[in-house]
Amino acid sequence: MTTTAPAQTAGPRTGPPGDAGLPVVPARHPWRWAAGAAALVLVAQFLHGLATNPGWDWPTFRVYFATGTILQAVGTTLRLTFWATLLGFALGAVVAALRLSRSAILQTIGWTYVWAFRSIPLIVQLVFWFNLSYLYRRFGLGVPFGPVLWEFDTVHVLGAFGAAVLGLALHQAAYAAEIIRAGVIAVDTGQLEAAAALGIPRLRQARRIVLPQAMRGILPNAANEIVSLFKATSVVYVMAIGELFYQVQVVYGRTGRVVPLLMVATAWYVLLTTLLSIGQFWVERHFARGADRTPPPGPLRRARDLVRRITDDRLSPSGGPR
Amino acid sequence: MTATAMVDVRGVHKSFGRLEVLRGVDLQAAPGSVTVVLGPSGSGKSTLLRAINHLEKLDRGTVSVDGELIGYRRSGGRLYELKEREVLRQRTRLGFVFQNFNLFPHLTVLENLTEAPVSALGKSRAEARATALELLARVGLADKAEEYPRRLSGGQQQRVAIARALALEPKVLLFDEPTSALDPELVGEVLDVIRDLAAAGTTMIVVTHEIGFAREVADTVVFMDGGVVVEQGPPEAVLDHPQHERTRAFLSKVL
Repeated sequence: MTTTAPAQTAGPRTGPPGDAGLPVVPARHPWRWAAGAAALVLVAQFLHGLATNPGWDWPTFRVYFATGTILQAVGTTLRLTFWATLLGFALGAVVAALRLSRSAILQTIGWTYVWAFRSIPLIVQLVFWFNLSYLYRRFGLGVPFGPVLWEFDTVHVLGAFGAAVLGLALHQAAYAAEIIRAGVIAVDTGQLEAAAALGIPRLRQARRIVLPQAMRGILPNAANEIVSLFKATSVVYVMAIGELFYQVQVVYGRTGRVVPLLMVATAWYVLLTTLLSIGQFWVERHFARGADRTPPPGPLRRARDLVRRITDDRLSPSGGPR
Repeated sequence: MTATAMVDVRGVHKSFGRLEVLRGVDLQAAPGSVTVVLGPSGSGKSTLLRAINHLEKLDRGTVSVDGELIGYRRSGGRLYELKEREVLRQRTRLGFVFQNFNLFPHLTVLENLTEAPVSALGKSRAEARATALELLARVGLADKAEEYPRRLSGGQQQRVAIARALALEPKVLLFDEPTSALDPELVGEVLDVIRDLAAAGTTMIVVTHEIGFAREVADTVVFMDGGVVVEQGPPEAVLDHPQHERTRAFLSKVL
């Protein structure tokens, strides 16, 4: 061993001088290609079926995809998503703050909220809110346990849409609270110590130091939640609100064309989720500043690089990959 | 000396659960002096430093800086705990440099330096910026103002952290093992900056393992072990003629 070791280290230096210039032959992977080809055949079969199977009934799909009632229903779905996200995450931030507070009472309240609203199935809760006016006919504002200063009918304030937003938002808030809390506790404690050592006021510490760093952890999960909420709005069809899924059912109940209309709903859900995912990419990129030494290239840049690599290969004299 | 001490630590006790980390520590640092605290790990030196700017609450004892009690108010023979807002205000008078720098990674170097002066001291943005650029020049990083901290080397990050502490114009600078997280070849540049500050007459308390630095820069060397100050005095006395067996044992290991 001791005699061969020096010889090995000296080997490359004393070897034939041409070694450094020898061409490299990449390893071949025939099974990788075979598996890929098999998968492509399956995909092609599926696509062929989509196009040729009359059961999909694409002409009907085309008729209903962008009709007024469907577009209106898409609008309702988006409005439900928007308000439930906004209110859900606002309330979720409050609940997260309760759970992170130094007061044991507030912590317990926060914990209880999350426990309660994670325990109740969304659909049960929605039907419950829909029937709120049965439980409380009138709502009033006043001194607790004292005189009522202002009163109104429950039915007038909380229509079906309001009840749906309320139910979705309360449900969402429990999950949002945990996501926000997870992001905050993932921030290095050294950051808080540094902020405290510099005498930065507490609210400012939260807004300027903790939250921007917590956002990196919060965003992917929050986007997940928004996407799942967006699709969960289809549950409110039980309250006879004209959102996308309800409207599609109304149409196929009348025409009997179930599959193409389900495809209409599917296409809209996929399309809008895609837009959301694109938005997510850019927002995450914004909050990643300072996190990496070199920020990852955006998709446009990546596409441009790919095109350039391919054209360069074509133009280079050897022609092959380098 | 005690009457004019810039930092005056008296009878400080601190426990974490059942572990008593500080068991009656006394320490005085004169204005403009450099105090280096040495000791084996677990001796309580970092806790002492964190107790001085009230990152750790005290169980017993007092800390005063420039005559002002830190973290408490004395009234009618009792100590009243201060509100967080008041403690934060007091901390602006004490610069703290961490072992792991703890720069804010999502803010540029310049923003790291201007954040506290603007939000804690109410300085104008322009004024804070001018001071920050001056300080960056002083630590040799004038060209890094717009960089994010992760793009800097460890030594550069620690120099930014020192500049950030200086931006509040503190009366005292506290260093918690400022070179322990650095590669050996980067230690020198950070020590150079601290040396310059010492020469400029900044009051400093430095927890470190750099014996050579202590010998060269310190006015007073304090040796801690087991939560108490075992020995203190001028560097040549403590480092070359230690009186205590525990000091001798520690120095024989690190020298």
